[in-house]
Amino acid sequence: MTDPAPQTEAPLLLDIRDLWIEAVGEDGVKPIVKGISLHLRPGEVLGLIGESGAGKSTLGLAAMGYARPGCRITRGSIRFKGQELLGLTETQLTALRGRCIAYVAQSAAAAFNPAHRLIDQITETAIRSSRISRDQAESRARDLLRRMHFNDPDAIGRRYPHQVSGGQLQRLMTAMAMVADPDIIIFDEPTTALDVTTQIGVLASIREVIRDLGKAAIYITHDLALVAQMADRIKVLRYGSEVEEAPTRVMLSDPREDYTRSLWAVRRFRKTNDGALKAEAPVLEIRQMSAGYGNRTVIQDIDLAVGARETLAIVGESGSGKSTTAQVICGLLAPSNGALEFQGAPLSPDRKGRSRQQLRDIQMVFQMPDTALNPRQRVRDIVGRPVELFLGLRGKQKDDRVGDILSMIGMEPGKFIDRFPHELSGGQKQRIAIARALVCEPKLVICDEVTSSLDQLVAEEILMLLDRTRKALGLSYVFVSHDLETVRAIADRVVVMSNGRIVEQGATDSIFASPENEYTRLLLASVPEMNADWLTRRLSEFTEIDVGPNFPPI
Amino acid sequence: MRPMTTARLAIRSFSRAPMSARMGLMLVFTYALVAVLAPVLAPYGETEIVGAEYAPLSSNFPLGTDNIGRDMLTRLIYGARNSVGIALLTSCLSFLLGSIAGLLAVAVGGRFEMILSRVVDVLMAVPALIAALMVLTISGTSVVALVVTIAVIDATRVYRLARSVGANVMVLDFIRAAELRGEGLRWIIIRELLPNIVQPLAAEFGMRFSFVFLFISSLSFLGLGLQPPTADWGSMVRENAILISFGNITPLLPALAIAVLTVAVNFCVDWFVQHSSGLKD
Repeated sequence: MTDPAPQTEAPLLLDIRDLWIEAVGEDGVKPIVKGISLHLRPGEVLGLIGESGAGKSTLGLAAMGYARPGCRITRGSIRFKGQELLGLTETQLTALRGRCIAYVAQSAAAAFNPAHRLIDQITETAIRSSRISRDQAESRARDLLRRMHFNDPDAIGRRYPHQVSGGQLQRLMTAMAMVADPDIIIFDEPTTALDVTTQIGVLASIREVIRDLGKAAIYITHDLALVAQMADRIKVLRYGSEVEEAPTRVMLSDPREDYTRSLWAVRRFRKTNDGALKAEAPVLEIRQMSAGYGNRTVIQDIDLAVGARETLAIVGESGSGKSTTAQVICGLLAPSNGALEFQGAPLSPDRKGRSRQQLRDIQMVFQMPDTALNPRQRVRDIVGRPVELFLGLRGKQKDDRVGDILSMIGMEPGKFIDRFPHELSGGQKQRIAIARALVCEPKLVICDEVTSSLDQLVAEEILMLLDRTRKALGLSYVFVSHDLETVRAIADRVVVMSNGRIVEQGATDSIFASPENEYTRLLLASVPEMNADWLTRRLSEFTEIDVGPNFPPI
Repeated sequence: MRPMTTARLAIRSFSRAPMSARMGLMLVFTYALVAVLAPVLAPYGETEIVGAEYAPLSSNFPLGTDNIGRDMLTRLIYGARNSVGIALLTSCLSFLLGSIAGLLAVAVGGRFEMILSRVVDVLMAVPALIAALMVLTISGTSVVALVVTIAVIDATRVYRLARSVGANVMVLDFIRAAELRGEGLRWIIIRELLPNIVQPLAAEFGMRFSFVFLFISSLSFLGLGLQPPTADWGSMVRENAILISFGNITPLLPALAIAVLTVAVNFCVDWFVQHSSGLKD
């Protein structure tokens, strides 16, 4: 703060140069940020984008002079208002953090202490670091909350974290970061855990409050469409290096690098229609199905049919009952009411009452590949077990069968068959999980959010794989997802669920082109588009959409 | 890479093991060797009275003699066989009982789990030493009664651990996948659950083995453990306790033997847990 910044035009708020960060892993020391430079001027929002492992979060934390445990900053310089942060003592850095540079983390639920009232937590940092009185901090907090469309800041402040919704909590966390009036705020995937219809309100209030108060921010995300709404400039990272940087509009319309273009091209994949769908008896029919946990009914009066060689998508937000529906189909959860029919024959609602053939015909792929594969089994056993069980093959025959399916999903058998799950990447694990489901040629595969834990490019490959195998093996998919873009890419028909009920169903094209239900329209309109003006336009179009707080009953 | 035999693998991982593990392994191996070769190594017979009571250390009796004139070194060597053997047997039995019951409870769930857990709670509510004294007083102090009683009491602790660790694994999706394949209880317990909880169980085994050892020793000390004239480290401490007041360290030798083995076993287990959690090599 004493010596002036070297730049002349506008003083740089943050100036990171040639930064190297190393992580100590199992196999030695590995650089995870490789010579990245970035700068930030007052009032500017920089978007950092990249897939997992790109080093974007590490870089965001480094902007506060912080390195996660196991990481260390080895080279480079981080200057905040001309002051070098590297080499400062921990005490000096702590004084800086929160007051001058604040951080908003991905999971607000984990960032709040459930045992304290919100207002106390929101003002805590400000009171401690800025040496302002409690009254001052609270009046500042009230002002911020009002700016973020909380009509009654006092009422919300008196609540505990579990008494507000996820979207509200994320906005409250933004308020918490801003009470101390910092110069820079770092947002690390602030809306990733939220539903699309909630996300839009959070995005709007974050953007508004940053602009109104003229703050500088770094906005970290993996979602291009989001960063396009928030940032003035975008920097693309990959494997810890910078790919390119440009103003948002230039970046969107005219990316220079191939990698950026491939990111932009994501979700260009559309399934090809093979036309052979109509006029066949449905594989699976569900009639008047209700189910729940304990006394709580989660899904009600579900009627749906899955045709042969069809991909049926079940879409909805969290709590809509889509995963519960999938569990009922598999027989993991006994319905309280209703009937299931599989290939024209009644299907027992309990998996224990199903025949071996039925168990073989209905397979499931789970959301998290990390927990869906037994960490103590090799690929050979993970994929081979169903072969052993359903086809009675052993030894060489079994291995051949496993090899065939591995080749089919694009994994070289010789290389992968003896690996443990921890020796595979996230996408490879999901492929193995799919191979396990497909190896005995099922008729129906239920995919529960199979792409939501994967990076965009990897998810794209999984979608293509699913569509290819559907054609090759002539099977049907039930594709459960919250991601409408994914659904549009893969599904023949879509079922939209909300609050445990089906609100609309029909062919994918017609649902996306002309949704009839109110909720479907809201859902579709909430999906961010790859256009810098989307949020602005969207907010002006749908003024009735909830941007302000909707107080859940206590 | 050349295929490696088990022996070669064992040697390789031993040479890479940390100092503490190597020391632990060597000590445990020595104890085992002593136990097996006891008749060869011991200068006298196990229960043979060879000299005066409480004879001091001499070339004939390297560690002196005990309260009725038996050679101390001989007793120590045979004690390795009796005490270690029975402690090992007991902890193996208790782990077998405890982990089978615990995993069964997790895998079956529902009412079965509840009833089993309450039974275990009742057993645990009685202090272990009191329970053992009570049962052994009634049943008489045969080796079989001793082993079974301690194993059952100890199994309740293992049950708790196996159940809580197993429950965390049970909720993972690969168990759902196995259930959807129609796998039976046996497969789920042995192939899906067990391999994922071996580590905490093994770590616990090291601790439990030591506790069982000490437990048997304290029972022997109270006169309800291994019966004279069988050489046993716990009873040896009691029998020669009086020497302590004369500044003689002889009664501490069996105690030292117990302590060293306990530490050695835990070194080994630590290493095993670390080694298998890495899953590399």
